[in-house]
Amino acid sequence: MAKIETIRYTLIMPIKILIPLYENDVAPRFDLATEVLIVSGIDKTGSGDKRMMVLPRASADQLCHLIITEGIQTVICSGIEDDYYQYLTWKRIEVIDSVVGSSQSALNHYVEGTLKPGDIL
Amino acid sequence: MKKVAGDNTNANTGSSIRVIPGWDAAIPPHIDNLFNVPIGFFELLDEIAIGVVILSLDRKIVVMNQTLKALTGFSQKEFFGVACAHILRSNVCLHDCPVLHINEKSSPKCNEGNLINKNRQLIPIRITSAPLKNINGKIIGFLETVEDINLLRKIDETASHAYNFNNIIGRSPEMEKIFQILPSLAQTDSSVLITGETGTGKDMVAETIHHASNRAKGPFVKINCGALPETLLESELFGHRKGAFTGAVENKPGRIQLAHNGTLYLTEIGDLPLSLQIKLLTFLDDKEIFPLGGIKGFTADVRIIAATHRNLEQRVNSNRFRKDLLFRLNVIRLHLPPLRDRQGDIQLLLDHFLNTLSTQMGKKKLDLSRKALKILLTYNYPGNVRELRNIVEYAINICGDRQIKLKHLPSYLIEAGPFDMTAAAQDPPSRLAFKTEDSRFIRTGPHQNWSDIEKRMIMEALIKAGGRKNKAAVSLGWARSTLWRKLKQYGIR
Repeated sequence: MAKIETIRYTLIMPIKILIPLYENDVAPRFDLATEVLIVSGIDKTGSGDKRMMVLPRASADQLCHLIITEGIQTVICSGIEDDYYQYLTWKRIEVIDSVVGSSQSALNHYVEGTLKPGDIL
Repeated sequence: MKKVAGDNTNANTGSSIRVIPGWDAAIPPHIDNLFNVPIGFFELLDEIAIGVVILSLDRKIVVMNQTLKALTGFSQKEFFGVACAHILRSNVCLHDCPVLHINEKSSPKCNEGNLINKNRQLIPIRITSAPLKNINGKIIGFLETVEDINLLRKIDETASHAYNFNNIIGRSPEMEKIFQILPSLAQTDSSVLITGETGTGKDMVAETIHHASNRAKGPFVKINCGALPETLLESELFGHRKGAFTGAVENKPGRIQLAHNGTLYLTEIGDLPLSLQIKLLTFLDDKEIFPLGGIKGFTADVRIIAATHRNLEQRVNSNRFRKDLLFRLNVIRLHLPPLRDRQGDIQLLLDHFLNTLSTQMGKKKLDLSRKALKILLTYNYPGNVRELRNIVEYAINICGDRQIKLKHLPSYLIEAGPFDMTAAAQDPPSRLAFKTEDSRFIRTGPHQNWSDIEKRMIMEALIKAGGRKNKAAVSLGWARSTLWRKLKQYGIR
C-alpha cells in the first residue's frame, strides 16, 4: 500500500494544474474567468508552487493559448464550452469540468485522486 | 438533528459554496388553502414550462423546477444550497447579478445572456428576477425565471428572412410578390428585363438572380450601356481583334465572351445606341458573337439580364429603341416599385440602415427622434432606397448624440417638407421647374408616372389659358415649340 502511495506521489509531482478563479472558488465559467491559479510541484497536502495570474480580459481563446504556452497538464474548471473542451483534450490536456467548490478543496480532492467531473465540493 | 434535504456538505473542506437552508426532507413543502386539499409545491413548479428557481437571500438555490434542471443539467441533489452563479453559470450572474439590485420596491428585472450547461452547451437565455416577500412585505428571497431563447432566436431569424431575399429588404406586398417570383425566375435561362426608377435596386436584383441561378459559379459581368461612347461600347461588348482599329494592339475578348457560362447584365439598356441594338439582337438570335475585325465567331452561352429606368415602350414609339429587341429582352419583366409605393418598407429600411451603417462606422446604435422619424416617413424619396441610405449615412456621420434629431437630417428634407417630389423621381432636375400658376408643386397619386403628370399639367395649363397655347406655354415656363412637341407626343389636340 505504501509502495502505491509513493508511486502516486511521485506521479503527481510534475503535474502543472490551472484553475480559472472566481474569488476563491473555481470560476463558474471558463470563458469569463479573469483570474487563474497555476499550481506546480503539488504535494500530498495540496500545497505547492502557486501562482495567481490576472488576465487582461476574459477570453476562452486566450485562456487556451495560455494553457498551451504554460505547459499545463490538467485544467480544473466548471462551465466550459464543448469546442474548448474538445480542443484541450485533443491537445492531451486533462480537463476536469463542472467542478463546483473552492479552488483549495478542488486541489485537495485532485491530490487525493477523488476529483471527478461534475463534483460539487 | 433534523435530516435536511440535499445535505451533502463536505465537512472536511469546509466549502463555503453550499449552505443548508430548507425543509424537512420527510415533509416536502406544500400549498395550503388553495384547494380543499394541500397541493405539492414541487409538483406545481414542475408543471411550469419555463425554468424557475427560488433563491435564498444570500443567493443560494432553494429549489429549481424540472425545466431548469433539464436546461442546466443539474439534479436536485447537486444544486441544493449551492450559490446560484455556480449552477446557472450565466454571464448575467457573473457580470452584474440582477438580484443585487432588487429591493422591496423593485419591479421584476429582465436580462438576456447565456449559460453553459453541464453538457457544455452555450444556451442563450432570458432571466427575469423578482423579489419574494413575506406577508409583511419584507424580502425573504428571490424568484428567477430562466427561458431558453434559442428557439425564439431561430424564429426571429426565419421571420427576418421573410422580409428579405439575399440582401433585398422589404415586407410590402409589392416586394413580397418579387421575392416569391425571384427563386423560380432564377432557375430559368430566359432573358429578364428589370425596370424601375433609379435607386430601386435593379442591380441588386440582377445579382440576386445570378447568384440564385445554376450559373452562380459562372461569371456575372456587368456593363453600363449608357456610360461609354458607341464605338467603345461595341468593342467592350463584342471584343476586337488585333489591328481592327488604331490602338487595337492586341486581341481583346468582349464582355459577352467573358460572361460565357454566366450572366451578362446590361444596365441602362434604354441608352444603348441603335446600331448596337441591332448587333445585340443578332447575338440574342444566334448566340454567336463576332469581335470587331474578326472573321471567326464565338458561341457564348450567356444569360441576359437587362435593366433600365426608362420607359422602353415610349422609346420604341419615338424610334429610339428597337421593338424587336424589346420583345426579345422582355421575356420576363420585373418592375421594381418606387420606395414611396412600398408601404411599411421605409421604417424597415431605416432600421436596417441604422443598424448596419452605425456598425460599419463603429458607432453605437442610434435611434431616431419622433420628429426626424416623421419627416423620414413622409418624405417621397425620389432617389428611392439609395437616397434613403444616403440620408441615414449622412445623419449617422453628423450625429454626435445617441439620437438622430431633425438638425442631423439633410436640410433639403426639412425644406421639401410635405411637398411631393415625385416629379424629381421621374425626370431630370431641370423639369422640376414645372409649377402651376399658383406656384404650388403638383401633387400626384401613388401610381402616376411622369408622363401622366406632365400630361395633366399641360391640360390644366391649357384650360386655365382658355385654350391659348402661347399663354399655356408661358405658364408652364416652356417655349411654344416645346409645348407643341409635347402636345404631339401626348396626342393632345
